[in-house]
Amino acid sequence: MKGFAAASALLIVAVSSALAVDIPLDQRHSDAEFISAGTRAMQNDETQNPGMLTVLDGETLWNAKAGSSGKSCADCHGDARVSMKGVAARYPAFMPSQGRPVDLEQRINLSRVNDQNAMPLAFESADLLALTAYVARQSFGIPVAVVNDVQSKPFIEQGRTLFERREGQINLSCAQCHDDNWGKNLAASVIPQAQPTGYPIYRLEWQAVGSLQRRLRSCMIASRAEPYDYGAPELVDLEFYLLWRARGLPIETPAVRP
Amino acid sequence: MARALINVPKTAKRGDVIEIKTLISHIMETGYRIGVTGQPIPRDIIDDFVCLYNGEEIFRAQLYPAIAANPYISFFTVATASGTMSFTWTDQHGKSQVQIAEITVE
Amino acid sequence: MRQKLPITNRRSRRGVLKTAVVLAGAAGVLRLSLRPAAATPEMLVDAIRGVVGEVPVNKGKVKLDLPPLVENGNSVPCTVSVESPMTAANYVKAIHVFNEKNPQPYVIGVKLGPRAGRAAFSTRIRLADSQTVTAIAELSDGSFWSDQIDVIVTLAACIEETH
Repeated sequence: MKGFAAASALLIVAVSSALAVDIPLDQRHSDAEFISAGTRAMQNDETQNPGMLTVLDGETLWNAKAGSSGKSCADCHGDARVSMKGVAARYPAFMPSQGRPVDLEQRINLSRVNDQNAMPLAFESADLLALTAYVARQSFGIPVAVVNDVQSKPFIEQGRTLFERREGQINLSCAQCHDDNWGKNLAASVIPQAQPTGYPIYRLEWQAVGSLQRRLRSCMIASRAEPYDYGAPELVDLEFYLLWRARGLPIETPAVRP
Repeated sequence: MARALINVPKTAKRGDVIEIKTLISHIMETGYRIGVTGQPIPRDIIDDFVCLYNGEEIFRAQLYPAIAANPYISFFTVATASGTMSFTWTDQHGKSQVQIAEITVE
Repeated sequence: MRQKLPITNRRSRRGVLKTAVVLAGAAGVLRLSLRPAAATPEMLVDAIRGVVGEVPVNKGKVKLDLPPLVENGNSVPCTVSVESPMTAANYVKAIHVFNEKNPQPYVIGVKLGPRAGRAAFSTRIRLADSQTVTAIAELSDGSFWSDQIDVIVTLAACIEETH
């Protein structure tokens, strides 16, 4: 079914030449508002949301010792419900030590390498998704508050450039769907605004939890563009721009999406 | 072992009909998908779920590959007495996982 | 409560879509369909006969709840409830769900009894395609009752390649 769908989902899009305009702040909506009532119910009920199983796995990992330091996350950070509250709402963030922004997954790995003397976890590995989901869950309901300061701005602007740039065989930019045509239908789906407030998400198509980078890569693959590798600066810049664009919207990790 | 979530009211009045919700982490591989190597991915499903209330079976489900990944099952029971509810998921290889919840009935 | 977006209003406010979005065929990208054969109507009849035997199945008493339009067939909320007093003398013994077009017709079978208080359960099911789904309840008097729903399974516009 999927193979067929992928083949037939080739889109021919004739787009007006109107310039992309930012969505006014007061017209932004969580992507949860564009999904079916059944999928929304699945997200909102903890016992129905499979993403919560990943959050629980993350809690176990938070308290597990890792690396040659013999320390767990909790040994330094204590109770995540206190120490991690609001943290995910500020990621991606510029890291002076890196000279560029990192996303939450990369931030967790930096801590593993530098503080725990452990190997970094692979992108999209169950453990990295679980730790990220657990940390992000501690910001549930907290408005996104990424920092757009002098150091961050060039990266956020680079993310915007990528968001608005046409690419791939369909010659489509992210903005053409998610800024210019949100709320309208693309085949049977309503186009959401692409406000990434619920990552890592449980996605019905994946039948699994996945990261924002995975989702961005999916979009690129679907628009027949060459996806950037996991961890590529372009993906982090895109994430940075998207979270800045979603500033003020509440974190809803783990979201459920079709 | 797989992660599971159970939602049983902590307390209930005797005679109340209560809803019980369960969720367990499992891929529920249908056996009908083809992997990247071109070979079918072998079937791997939970095929039996049972709930005992103070040792007595109150609900049982036979699951097939059409049950979505990470099976969710909710059902009802009459709160009859304080005690223990046990939930057992068994996969096609006979491997089981048990989860326990306590309920106080007043 | 989340407010439902007034998408329709919004659309009419914006007026005519400037963007024409057309679903095209597999031009340029040839992929083999990996879809397994669907169950045959005979398989469905056999599966139902395997549960019901030769007893007639009545319409009624059963309510099968599925969204009429499904946004992803990998996880479709499914609730079955049956009108029954659920007493020791008159109760629902079992509820079965069947589908028409998945590779296998049997979806789930549950056993319950008067201790349930309410003859209902919910789960999430996979539907490979738009099709009819049938729920059949077996009552303590040996009678069978059923409900059927036609479900349209839409495919997401943007689908990732299989991994």
